[in-house]
Amino acid sequence: MPAEDNRRFVIRDRNWHPKALTPDYKTSIARSPRQALVSIPQSISETTGPDFSHLKFAEHDNDLLLNFNNGGLPIGERIIVSGRVMDQYGKPIPHTLVEMWQANAGGRYRHKNDRYLAPLDPNFGGVGRALTDSEGRYIFRTIKPGPYPWRNNPNDWRPAHIHFSLNGPSISTRLITQLYFEGDPLIPLCPIVKSIANPDAVQTLIAKLDMSTANPMDCLAYRFDIVLRGQRKTHFENK
Amino acid sequence: MPVELLPETPSQTAGPYVHIGLALAAAGNPIREQEIWNQMARPEAPGEHIVLVGHVYDGNGHLVRDAFLELWQADHQGQYDEDYDPSKAFNGFARTATTFDAGSEWTAYTVKPGVVNNAAGVPMAPHVNVALFARGINIHLNTRLYFEDEAEANAKDPVLNLIEQPQRRETLIAKRCEVDGKPAYRFDIRIQGEGETVFFDF
Repeated sequence: MPAEDNRRFVIRDRNWHPKALTPDYKTSIARSPRQALVSIPQSISETTGPDFSHLKFAEHDNDLLLNFNNGGLPIGERIIVSGRVMDQYGKPIPHTLVEMWQANAGGRYRHKNDRYLAPLDPNFGGVGRALTDSEGRYIFRTIKPGPYPWRNNPNDWRPAHIHFSLNGPSISTRLITQLYFEGDPLIPLCPIVKSIANPDAVQTLIAKLDMSTANPMDCLAYRFDIVLRGQRKTHFENK
Repeated sequence: MPVELLPETPSQTAGPYVHIGLALAAAGNPIREQEIWNQMARPEAPGEHIVLVGHVYDGNGHLVRDAFLELWQADHQGQYDEDYDPSKAFNGFARTATTFDAGSEWTAYTVKPGVVNNAAGVPMAPHVNVALFARGINIHLNTRLYFEDEAEANAKDPVLNLIEQPQRRETLIAKRCEVDGKPAYRFDIRIQGEGETVFFDF
């Protein structure tokens, strides 16, 4: 079905997001534009985007305890991570793709470039994906990732985190971010976290312990709601 | 009182290991039954089949070897089709990446998009919307790839013409070339410094 050109999205607040240049995160120094972004009006090119609701998902795509099973369960704290994806008006975003990836319990990624001392876990891949349901809800089961050191300042450590990738209804709502865990003392020390200037914005990335979703004698749970750009009505525009 | 909107969830860098989540083969990992990758057009798809290829450079002129990119475009008739389905002959969306392998280029296999009108009804020259993610990029960068051999349409393009300096418009024009004997366009992205690619806010 050809897409219609009748959507508009609330303008992104670039003071709420991290700036491109945040020198304490050293890699940003050479990977940030020096010229200003050029503002352009939203056209059908920006207000449309791929709908992945017909992608084929495997049974355990959202279950990291089982989707890299080589005869056992992964080591680590068993957790459920769940939440709602909504827009800035609080409207749920149904049937949208949520993807996530993470290190194992020792802080090691299953990636050919990760050489950290902590061992790979033969039963843990560290990647998941799901579609939100009709009310915008998603759920993953995984283990809590470990913190790990990284080359920035001589003794920088990433807080435990899970990368999240969201699409929403258009390429304008595209977002990649990271989930942190309530109570982690490494959060306020991290130069990547601190690329976000506003502490209130950082708070929105910290998943809260959610005892109502925890399974007794099985796994704890954390809640992480995600807000994408609001889709607004257009009135009297360019007419 | 202004109307209160919920704040958008803030961005964080996709990091050096973005591939394990979004480009599994590039991380050296097994792939699932269906992955979202860089084959947009099957051989039977109508339109002019082309290869898109490019490097990504940082502000020191060094190759960015851990970039992840997404492309979004109309079909050869200028229609956006949002329903992503790998069984279709053409999908307007692709993912691709640069890696530490020799060459370190991203590629995508597609057809040349048609003309699309903007919200005011003004035709936009054929273009591909490009989003760039990588370690060190705190919030992804949006740009557009235009085609060298559409000079007349590019000169009238309402988005290119919003770029104040004409020489900066050139940073968005992909150059015609060949890849393995197939028609191709090269689109190198320079994140910073001399020849810095124009990035958009929309």
